[in-house]
Amino acid sequence: MNRFEYIRPATVADAIAALNEPAARALAGGTNLVDLMKYDVAQPSRLVDINRLPLKSIEITSGGALRIGALVTNTDLAWHQDVREKWPILSSAILAGASPQLRNAATAGGNLMQRTRCYYFYDPSTACNKRQPGSGCSAIGGVNRIHAILGASDSCIAVHPSDMCVAMVALDASVEVEGPEGKRSIPMSGFHRLPGGEPERDNTLKVGELITSIIIPEPHFGAHHTYLKIRDRLSYAFALISVAAALRVDEGVIQDARIALGGVAHKPWRDFDAEKSLKGERVGTQGFTQVADFILRDAKGQGDNDFKIELARRAIVRALEQAAAGTPQDQADKSIH
Amino acid sequence: MSVGEITHIGRPTNRVDGRLKVTGQAHYAAEYPADDLLYGYIVGSTIAAGRIAAMHLDAARQFPGVVEIFTHENRSKAAWLDRSWRDEVAPPGHPFRPLHSDRILFDGQPVALIVAETFEAARDAGSLIRIAYDVDAHCTELEAKRAEAYVPPEQRSGIPPPPDPRGDAEQAFQDAPVKISRDYRVNAEHHNPMEMFATTCVFEGDGKLTIYDKTQGSQNAQGYVTSVFGLRSKDVRLVNHYVGGAFGAGLRPQHQLFFAVMASLELQRSVRVSLTRAQMFHIGYRPDSYHTVSLAADRDGRLQSIMHDAVASTSHYEDYQEAVVNWSGMMYHCDNVKLTYQLAKLDTATPCDMRAPGAAIGVTALECALDELSYELGIGPLEIRRINFASKDENTKKQFTSKALLECYSEGAAAFGWEKRSPKPRAMREGRELIGWGVSTGMWDAFLQKAQATATLKVDGTLEVATAASDIGTGTWTILTQIGAEAFGLPLEDVQARIGDSTLPMSPVEGGSWTAASNGSAVQAACDAVKHSLFKQARKMANSPLADASFEDVEVRDQRIFRKDDPARGLSVFEVMHAAELKEITEQGKVSPNLRQMLKYTSYTHSAVFAEVRVDEYLGVVRVTRVVCAAAAGKILNPKTARSQILGGVVMGIGMALHEEAMTDHRLGKIMNANLGEYHVPAHADIEDIEVIFVDEKDDKVSPLGVKGLGEIGIVGTASAVANAIFHATGVRVRDFPITIDKILNAPRPS
Repeated sequence: MNRFEYIRPATVADAIAALNEPAARALAGGTNLVDLMKYDVAQPSRLVDINRLPLKSIEITSGGALRIGALVTNTDLAWHQDVREKWPILSSAILAGASPQLRNAATAGGNLMQRTRCYYFYDPSTACNKRQPGSGCSAIGGVNRIHAILGASDSCIAVHPSDMCVAMVALDASVEVEGPEGKRSIPMSGFHRLPGGEPERDNTLKVGELITSIIIPEPHFGAHHTYLKIRDRLSYAFALISVAAALRVDEGVIQDARIALGGVAHKPWRDFDAEKSLKGERVGTQGFTQVADFILRDAKGQGDNDFKIELARRAIVRALEQAAAGTPQDQADKSIH
Repeated sequence: MSVGEITHIGRPTNRVDGRLKVTGQAHYAAEYPADDLLYGYIVGSTIAAGRIAAMHLDAARQFPGVVEIFTHENRSKAAWLDRSWRDEVAPPGHPFRPLHSDRILFDGQPVALIVAETFEAARDAGSLIRIAYDVDAHCTELEAKRAEAYVPPEQRSGIPPPPDPRGDAEQAFQDAPVKISRDYRVNAEHHNPMEMFATTCVFEGDGKLTIYDKTQGSQNAQGYVTSVFGLRSKDVRLVNHYVGGAFGAGLRPQHQLFFAVMASLELQRSVRVSLTRAQMFHIGYRPDSYHTVSLAADRDGRLQSIMHDAVASTSHYEDYQEAVVNWSGMMYHCDNVKLTYQLAKLDTATPCDMRAPGAAIGVTALECALDELSYELGIGPLEIRRINFASKDENTKKQFTSKALLECYSEGAAAFGWEKRSPKPRAMREGRELIGWGVSTGMWDAFLQKAQATATLKVDGTLEVATAASDIGTGTWTILTQIGAEAFGLPLEDVQARIGDSTLPMSPVEGGSWTAASNGSAVQAACDAVKHSLFKQARKMANSPLADASFEDVEVRDQRIFRKDDPARGLSVFEVMHAAELKEITEQGKVSPNLRQMLKYTSYTHSAVFAEVRVDEYLGVVRVTRVVCAAAAGKILNPKTARSQILGGVVMGIGMALHEEAMTDHRLGKIMNANLGEYHVPAHADIEDIEVIFVDEKDDKVSPLGVKGLGEIGIVGTASAVANAIFHATGVRVRDFPITIDKILNAPRPS
């Protein structure tokens, strides 16, 4: 862990000013950043402790959307009454992740900002383009059973670890940020990025910008949704594959579909074309298998993780079946129906 | 309370140290305060084989708070001979010597110790050290070294080599009508107790050290320190009052002990060194292993041939050995047996005993193979085990002192509801999930080791019992208190156990499931000796009501010594001691194995493990929904802590079956998932119903207490029961542990 400057601003404006240098990092729950500092992977010049900023409320906007303050804890968000009733897939995804202790500390904004998951990224003795641009990617040809099957590049095959973000992408969330140049709104599907030639950049946030809130329009899927997470143990493990699926179904015909995948790419993966192809189709396993194949049309394994392509296909089908049946996966019930 | 009534032994009893632990008052090695304490941080190598070419330490040296940096270039002088570094349980070879030379033997090998005024400064400075290496080729992949496997030339003390072949296993295999031959692999596992290894070395002055160390043997670790640093035994006291789990990793002294003592002696100050979680993966581990098991039977299911060939990993510098295949020669009756056990050298640290070393992997392979044979035969998997029950140890031709395994089968099966099992695989289903039931036998040694204890009866009637045992979470504090309380008919509050200190009476390391039998029997012997002394004093008294009694006629209870046939005739402990002008009576007790008995008898614990799994085969997800473990372990001193031991073993067995896997990048020779987020052990969600049954087993030979020990038996057979249940559920046989989702998805589907 390196030496760093510590600042605890009282206003968003002060925080933005303090964050306006490339190696400054905002500190919220610290559940990922502090680990990375202990491993000597992150070496921030300055920690801007934003925990005193007034970004802790959950509100319903006049338009009926959900506005989540960046500092709302994962626990508070998952168990919020309105969220459980109207955005249940979000609640479910959060509860599928981490452990109660971590969710108590982790925040909504911090969840968006967690670094991608890769053994090599976390081990400074190995080459990693994300940690040290240009040094190479050790995961390619290495231990990579958890790595990306979609959207990877020659320089990085890491995956984004979040469950919450997968549901947010499926729900058309947008990320409200404030920076030296003012406020802007970033669609959730464009917040995280694919690695390309710049894997050191996980997202499209600019220097000095701070996430202030996340806005999610009210979905209209009723009970036709699910968050299905497949992992190496039944709790407290990152997803090998996760699927957020939601359908609007009218007399057996799909009117609208959302499918987002976790554990497959450098960002939560959403395929708008695949969703469109389901519109007007009757619910049924055959159509679900076709759409799964379509989503995975460019999937590529790295060796250890080849099985994830087939697993993803099956998880998509199962999740769509659950959504179609209106029987979302209960995260407390470890049997998958 | 009537005379002779059992009060404490056999009664479910809360841990006497439980309150201290949950309230944070029980100090672990890294928690002892010391004045003027320095903190050491270990820097590990980043290559698996080679030499250190250059170390750039200037930036680290100049870091504020850094006091000293030790490397192979400036380390203090330590013992020269290998034997000075060899601890009680060391395997043959050249024990690892931290900072001995520029040579790198494994990834993460300690190459520098930074000592600073704070832990943070030491760690931060550590990140500034730059090391240039001359890299040698390495190999960390057992598969690649199987062809070079060898029979260890020197046997590890206490570990029996495979028995000589009996009969003609190959011919019998040829001739038998039903047979299978299968390859299994059990991946390397890492102990990962919750408490990290740590040492606080308190520099007392006058050449004296008090060392608080996480170890399973205070005297073993103390002996290592005195021998390596040439210190006088009386100057070094080593304390391990509380140990936050160890599973075998604390049997041998770990690096941090060497470093804390070396730095303390060099700097003449107290020093603390703790390992990080990642560094916990660079110490000993359960070896990676491959097994070929060939079994043949007649059509009635009677075994005609057993062959088990195992290859396990070791390091380049030591031949770590455990009894892997021996079990295959004694678990079942068979006249034709051939067993081989070989090692292959990898560029890793030396493996280390891990809960049920040898049995946990060897029995797993055998029990899966027997399950496979049962399907070939069309005989139920429980039935085939009963058919082949071994009434004696056929490896040594000795009798078992007791073996209530058939009772384990029947009581376990009844509790589990085994008779409702459909014999065919894939025949039970609920919702999307296939249901499978599997069974396995478990077996572990019931050792008695040399141990000593003292008991001290005080004039106020309270008792103290002492032995240098360790309690690694097993319940030793509690059972020794119970044994003392039982001997003197006292409430538990009036008995104080003292353990975890090298200055106490001689104890073996806490391992092998022998502590309850060995230290417990020594404590009981010491208590008996005190009672004898008390009786002698009582009889000597003028007008003693016990003057005409013999020792057999009296009982000590509730701070009185009295005639069994007339409890009113007796004396209080106070009266006796007062008359004899004694403040206390202290006596010693000792036990050692009965060598004459051992010529004829051998002792083991046994178990039958029944597991239910539910498998979503489409997604490859396995849930272990029920386990029943029925164990025959002699007398159970404390059913509550005993049950906890079995529960822990079963959980660890489920981890072996489904989760635990060190993922090594063999290009780098480096374990990539060296943390508890990515090295998976079972989470609460993975554990459902576990039922523990102790079958009645009387054994008057195994130990003076009739106790066999329970630390290991819970894990043995659990992984195989789960694997066998997965086959029964799905018809898919995965022979590579852990059985992860990918292996279920990739396995050939049953036709």
